[in-house]
Amino acid sequence: MTNKLVIENLKHRWVRTLLSAAAVGVQVTMILTLVGISFGMLDDLGRRSRGAGADILIRAPGSSIISLSTAPMPEKILDFLRTIPNVAIATATTVQPMGGTNTVTGIDLDAFSRMSGGFRYVKGGAFQKPDDILIDEYWSRQYGLKVGSVMKFWNREWNVCGIVEPGKLSRVFLPIRLAQELTGNTGKITSIFLKLQDPSQTAATIAAIKQQLTDYQVFSIDEYVSLLSVDNVQGLKWFIYVVIGVAVIVGFLVVFLSMYTAVLERTREIGILKSLGATPGFIVGILLRETVILALTGSVVGIALSFATRWAIMNLVPGSLTQMIVPNWWPIAAGISLIGSLAGALYPGWKAARQDAIEALAYE
Amino acid sequence: MNNGKDHLIAVTGLKKIYRMGDVEVAALRGVDLNIERGEFVAIAGPSGSGKSTLFYILGGLASATAGKVLIDGKDLAGMSDSERTRVRRELVGFVFQKYNLLPTLSALDNIGMAQFIAGKPAGTEGWFRQALDLLGVGHRLQHKPRSLSGGEQQRVAIARAIVNQPALLLADEPTGNLDTENSEIVLKLLRDLNQKTGQTILMITHNPEAAAYAHRTIHMRDGRILESGA
Repeated sequence: MTNKLVIENLKHRWVRTLLSAAAVGVQVTMILTLVGISFGMLDDLGRRSRGAGADILIRAPGSSIISLSTAPMPEKILDFLRTIPNVAIATATTVQPMGGTNTVTGIDLDAFSRMSGGFRYVKGGAFQKPDDILIDEYWSRQYGLKVGSVMKFWNREWNVCGIVEPGKLSRVFLPIRLAQELTGNTGKITSIFLKLQDPSQTAATIAAIKQQLTDYQVFSIDEYVSLLSVDNVQGLKWFIYVVIGVAVIVGFLVVFLSMYTAVLERTREIGILKSLGATPGFIVGILLRETVILALTGSVVGIALSFATRWAIMNLVPGSLTQMIVPNWWPIAAGISLIGSLAGALYPGWKAARQDAIEALAYE
Repeated sequence: MNNGKDHLIAVTGLKKIYRMGDVEVAALRGVDLNIERGEFVAIAGPSGSGKSTLFYILGGLASATAGKVLIDGKDLAGMSDSERTRVRRELVGFVFQKYNLLPTLSALDNIGMAQFIAGKPAGTEGWFRQALDLLGVGHRLQHKPRSLSGGEQQRVAIARAIVNQPALLLADEPTGNLDTENSEIVLKLLRDLNQKTGQTILMITHNPEAAAYAHRTIHMRDGRILESGA
């Protein structure tokens, strides 16, 4: 009978019910979208890092594992690394911003091809002229670029000379020398990739490198990819916490206002229930059940909306961010919205429970 | 003292003082009242006479400032809020001037809600089916209040009030919102209920014609009972 009253109450004010559920849904979407982008970007980075075909990755001392650009290491280190036993190929990249969150990666095409097994060209071929760049299929599809298309960045026009299969380190490539020269980073590199003669000796090789490059970050590729988690990226975890906090406040306020209005509107009904002998707990229980239904409905809406945001990011903002659908976070986001919603229902519930029955029955 | 009579209600020296800011307003100034089990009593009086306050105290909706209020042997005067809630659930049924049905539930569910709150199984079988026939709303139970006329709503409210077989049925101006024809129907129903089931009824009214349906009428003024007569 209580559930019937709860459902009928929600149906009676269906516009408010839908709006409240939608607002809770937005809260859930905020969380799922942010988490999905974080996971998606890291997963994408991990897969492409593996695709480079290297066994060891070296980054500058103190640099973040996902720093997107800068060239803080001297290129001369490559000469030293090539002297380390078991190192078959040592090649470097420079990663530079090309606008927004997008980057372009400078590579030594020959060395990179030997390390990764070489690009598979879907269309076109390798660099021929000084203004040639390579893009992957994803980039080509997202921006509608073909071989011969022109891309503009760094105040220059670039000619797409080839489209390669995705999954190898980056999405946009140009020769490393050109990238260093045009960005004023001659002799400087962002990352170093090592291919080993015997990958089973990776740990021993890393130990040998660390003896000389004591402050540098030297990872096996497996270790590096395993570090690409939210917990290991400086600031990202706290950024997610802040967004979750904002989402909780939004959910709290939405449900607070919705339930506060509901209690005011239903003052007389609360009086009627009290005249029938309903306890304060019974009346609070009705509001809390309504809140739970709103939060759960909102969570389903939010999960559905997270697919919509993924579609929008993929289709309306080409080549920008990668959003993953993270089902593990569905119950977490739903739980967060439920907590925020229940917190929002507490004061209205308390107000309803303390409502004077006589005043409530006289309420117009 | 019950003088050998079976008093369902025994009120002695009942006072109620409302505090409005720094001002104290005495709504009841020492009321003594006995009502026997099975009686149909009307309480009449002008606005401000204290009849509604008496109604609320007898129904466990308000507390007394002083005095003794025994209903079915239980003293409401010293009860906590939760104890008075139990009294409303177990001993009293209310009928209000404005019907006060839950608008989102059907007539049947309004009745079912009263049963649910009282911890009794839902259903309209047995004696209650006869009561519904008497009230003439058996065929309208699936409708929500907005689809019922005022008279029908009030009859559903009466059905809800008696479904748990309360010791006392309290009716506050039950015909106040009804036309003459429906008023007569409702008053006759209350009288029939009293006669056929022995339901004790206390009805607040300012209408002498309505009061005439009761066994006796208690007149109030300025928070006191003036007289009690047939």
